[in-house]
Amino acid sequence: MSQTSVLFDVAGPRTRARHRVYTVISLVVILGLAALLVLRMADRGQFAYDLWEPFLTPEYIQALLVDGLLQTLKMAFFSVILAVVFGTIFGVGKLSDHASVRWVCWSVVEFFRAVPVLMLMIFLYFSYGAGPGGLDAFWCVVIALTLYNGSVLAEVFRAGILAVPRGQSEAAYAIGMRKTQVMTQILLPQAVKIMLPAIISQCVVALKDTSLGYAITAPGLTFVGKQIYTDFQNQLQTVIVVASLYVSVNLVLTWIATWVQRKFVGEKKILEVSMVAETEVGAGLAPGAR
Amino acid sequence: MELVLSNFDLYLSAFRLTIGLFLVSAVGSLLLGTLLAAMRVGPIAFMSKAATVYITVVRNTPLLIIFVFVIIGLPKLGILFRSVEELGISSFFFRACLALTLYTSTFVAEAIRSGINAVPLGQAEAARAIGLTFGGTMTQVVLPQAFRATVPPLASVFIALLKNTSVAYAFGILEATARMKYFTNISGNDLPIFLIFAAGYVVLVEIISFGANRLERRWRVAR
Repeated sequence: MSQTSVLFDVAGPRTRARHRVYTVISLVVILGLAALLVLRMADRGQFAYDLWEPFLTPEYIQALLVDGLLQTLKMAFFSVILAVVFGTIFGVGKLSDHASVRWVCWSVVEFFRAVPVLMLMIFLYFSYGAGPGGLDAFWCVVIALTLYNGSVLAEVFRAGILAVPRGQSEAAYAIGMRKTQVMTQILLPQAVKIMLPAIISQCVVALKDTSLGYAITAPGLTFVGKQIYTDFQNQLQTVIVVASLYVSVNLVLTWIATWVQRKFVGEKKILEVSMVAETEVGAGLAPGAR
Repeated sequence: MELVLSNFDLYLSAFRLTIGLFLVSAVGSLLLGTLLAAMRVGPIAFMSKAATVYITVVRNTPLLIIFVFVIIGLPKLGILFRSVEELGISSFFFRACLALTLYTSTFVAEAIRSGINAVPLGQAEAARAIGLTFGGTMTQVVLPQAFRATVPPLASVFIALLKNTSVAYAFGILEATARMKYFTNISGNDLPIFLIFAAGYVVLVEIISFGANRLERRWRVAR
């Protein structure tokens, strides 16, 4: 007997019959809801060709992919790279032997983890960005995302370094290595392997958060989407198209994270860090609690 | 700085709105999230598939897009939630909470599911072996342990929810982030204003994580 869940036993014939009834009921309810939505859309003329037209016109597709998706990916890419640098510095800093360094790193990380990314963006853009010679919106988004994701990654790095067995650093000290050498040659290389899936999961979070650039007119998918729906008044259609672009990119990232997890970390326990996205191995689900 | 201090009532009312958004969506997403988690771990394959699809799609969609869908998209279908206005609730507030709930419930569902998965299979087997009924196994053995294991991930989810309420700013709700923008617009010295508003969020986040820590310590079981 293969029991797959703690919650219930393998079903017998009567239970299976009951489950079939439930399946039919839930099928009817869900299909009913879907049908209601589709009918409503048809009723309001939301399937009219001219509302969907921009997503079939080459210029708009190009705008969505080049000015939208590419810019979004660029913002996410820059902020993840910078966040890894920020995270390394502050993660190692939180493990420093000097109480003052530890304290400073700790408070910086706690601060940026608690402040909403959107608020950070708005502050950066409207206080230092808008106007001549200021930061442009693109970099405001990148800086805000770097500070937030970097703080989360600092916690990941710290936990990753602590997860390296103690004997490793003790052995390194015993053969006469210095503190910096132990960190850069012994601890970090081993920690990176454990942390990779968490870093990739954080990419999903960064990518989703680039959409907040909408509030400060930063380039990206949401910005292009807004231009399209102000021109065509096709909010619903735009939301559907933009959301599916985001979902597909995120699913690819999740798939990579799962693959990396299998390849480099194996069946070992996944690094657990509070407030950090977790990768569900094999579940095919996206990580990314922000 | 003085500007905020002399208008401290505006500061407080902005945070009251932030907390209001947070509490309503927290309750909503706990209910919807529990339902989704139950569907997901339940024995009925179709329900489990449906919940998985919903969770995967919504989790991977940025919150902002969900806000656009609920606040700008649904009215296109004639869904305006006028009926809540008769109850004296602003429909903007209601729709912001709805967007936050739809989004956060998927994370709640995953947190609950991971809590249930954290209970070792041997626990249920042992309970059955000593003759507990299905109900007894559930209420005495499995669920208490699952509930405890759910506390830390749920705390993370709720901290994220608190910060996510700021997205409502982009849709004309005067919560803390919008109020900060209001103050920085009329003042020349923005950094202190940012810091004082950030401090509000830091305090709220610390309250949630302190509460979660207390609960976790209180309910910790020796394994």
